[in-house]
Amino acid sequence: MEFRPNPQRTPPPNPDLPLDQARQPVTQAKVVLEARGLVKRYGHVTALDGADFELREGEILAVIGDNGAGKSTLIKALSGAIIPDEGQIILDGKPVHFRSPLDARRYGIETVYQDLAVAPAMTIAENLFLGREILKPGLLARLLRVIDKKRMLEEATNSMKDLKIGIRSMSQAVETLSGGQRQGVAVARSAAFARHVVIMDEPTAALGVKEGNMVLELIRRVRDRGLPVIIISHNMPHVFEIADRIHIQRLGRRAAVVNPRRISMAHTVAVMTGAMSPEELSPDELAH
Amino acid sequence: MAEQRSPGTVPTPRRLLERLPSITVLGPFVALLLAVLFFSAQSDRFLSGQNFSLILQQVLVVGVLAIGQTLVILTGGIDLSVGFVMALGTMVMTKFAVELGLPPLLSVLCGVAVTTGFGFLNGLLITRVKLPPFIVTLGTMNIAFALTQIYSKAQTVTGLPDALLFWGNTFRLGETVITYGVVLMIALYLLVWFLLSETAPGRHLYAVGNNPEAARLMGIPTQRVLLLTYTVAGLFYGIAGWLLVSRTSVGDPNAGQTENLETITAVVLGGTSLFGGRGMILGTLLGAIIVGVFRNGLTLTGVSSVYQVLITGVLVILAVTADQLSKRRG
Ligand SMILES: Nc1ncnc2c1ncn2[C@@H]1O[C@H](COP(=O)(O)OP(=O)(O)OP(=O)(O)O)[C@@H](O)[C@H]1O
Ligand SMILES: [Mg+2]
Repeated sequence: MEFRPNPQRTPPPNPDLPLDQARQPVTQAKVVLEARGLVKRYGHVTALDGADFELREGEILAVIGDNGAGKSTLIKALSGAIIPDEGQIILDGKPVHFRSPLDARRYGIETVYQDLAVAPAMTIAENLFLGREILKPGLLARLLRVIDKKRMLEEATNSMKDLKIGIRSMSQAVETLSGGQRQGVAVARSAAFARHVVIMDEPTAALGVKEGNMVLELIRRVRDRGLPVIIISHNMPHVFEIADRIHIQRLGRRAAVVNPRRISMAHTVAVMTGAMSPEELSPDELAH
Repeated sequence: MAEQRSPGTVPTPRRLLERLPSITVLGPFVALLLAVLFFSAQSDRFLSGQNFSLILQQVLVVGVLAIGQTLVILTGGIDLSVGFVMALGTMVMTKFAVELGLPPLLSVLCGVAVTTGFGFLNGLLITRVKLPPFIVTLGTMNIAFALTQIYSKAQTVTGLPDALLFWGNTFRLGETVITYGVVLMIALYLLVWFLLSETAPGRHLYAVGNNPEAARLMGIPTQRVLLLTYTVAGLFYGIAGWLLVSRTSVGDPNAGQTENLETITAVVLGGTSLFGGRGMILGTLLGAIIVGVFRNGLTLTGVSSVYQVLITGVLVILAVTADQLSKRRG
């Protein structure tokens, strides 16, 4: 598998800056979400074996690794779907303890689950607001929890417009959409509510070329709105196309974080599979 | 970006299949209309306000029971204990009032508390012990039946106080005599329709039935929704029991034995999917009325009741087939 770097994605080194700064312009970015020494055991299987993790402001971080490397477990710990046995999670410099997906959501961390987690028979607007419906004002309305359908429809239309998803009516059922559009709805839902971080587990798996590209484009738009994105993927061309940095997970730990603009796909895969040790990589290939 | 199929293109088989949900919505109306036209042609006594008032009285009990059944089926479950739990409730109401001499309204409250308790028990076993609704309610159905027989010693309770018969009172609307019970049934349907379509808990009930895992991940307390649904269903069985007592003026330990299937028939005829998450409560009212119209019309035209059962069976199969076909689509 030969990788030729995309010329448009490889910025020329800036001659006015010292060499290492010119090459790693993201070094100064603030760390948004961090994990240290995460351990998660299932019986005698150790899914996470002291995993570290770091997500920076405004970046798309890809998490890759072989099957069973602990990617999903890592992401589940970060989104509150599981509680790690050891280690800590730090959000904006403060330690946090998530006990449920709802906890993580309260901190503005939104997750796009692999199976999308949508109710197909319900409308797009209802799916966008599922579990956090906009309620009508007034004492009785609050008591009965009467939903404000009109406002939900308006806000759904706006958030979908932001992301340029070409769906005409927010009151159509999700099951009437194509696979790519459904993925778009799931991405839009997380983007609309996320204040801090968007996590996506295999968002382009099982999609056609066209739908896959549409979702990649959506992810870029989310990033461009200032939200950092974590994306798990087995699709190397997608990872290299979209990621600012690549977290390589191996045997329950972070093996390395590499710079997709400098490293070849072949080297990345070699580190991921253990054919090459991270120490053999040149400092240039690593992301700092 | 995937383009949208523009409306108004040539109907392919796929496009026709996509319209099936609207068939399940319109189906009940069409069936009702055809039945009314047919029976009006067959019998001149059929098409009168008084006869429709009678039909409504006949579907009253099944209609209110079917509200509970609809809620349960919308979550993807089923309740087989419906009629037997109601029967137990009616025994408590009537015996407490007649034999213990409790104030009638307090007796009613006790009866409704028993049916609600049974609903809560169903919900508890389904959410905590994680047993399938089919098995749980099959079990509680038998428990309720046995308790009814033990408690009543298989004796009918008579001589009920007026308050227990309240819903049988009538008023006139023009020529037509209508019972309060019919008004209560329609009011309950409208209330539940509002709660289901306009409130967050109502929408959560649909979401839990449509995709429970998605509902959980989106932060909906799915177990609490299920527990509440079965409990509220039990509440409706109690109200139906009061309506039954008002209609028959006795506490009958053998009541409620055919109601299980009749409620499911009403729900399915009304276009609610047995797979959960799809359907409308007002469809169930239509479904119950359809069954009532067939019963009444066939009786008026002198057709044996065996054919009534036959036709109901055919209708249910048709409705379930439409449901299954619309699920397979896509
Ligand atoms: N709920 C669980 N119970 C038992 N073992 C588990 C559980 N979840 C994960 N594991 C184990 O933990 C290890 C890491 O699993 P994880 O799902 O995180 O891998 P992954 O990197 O996401 O793999 P994939 O690429 O196949 O999705 C595997 O050996 C897996 O069998
Ligand atoms: Mg995984």
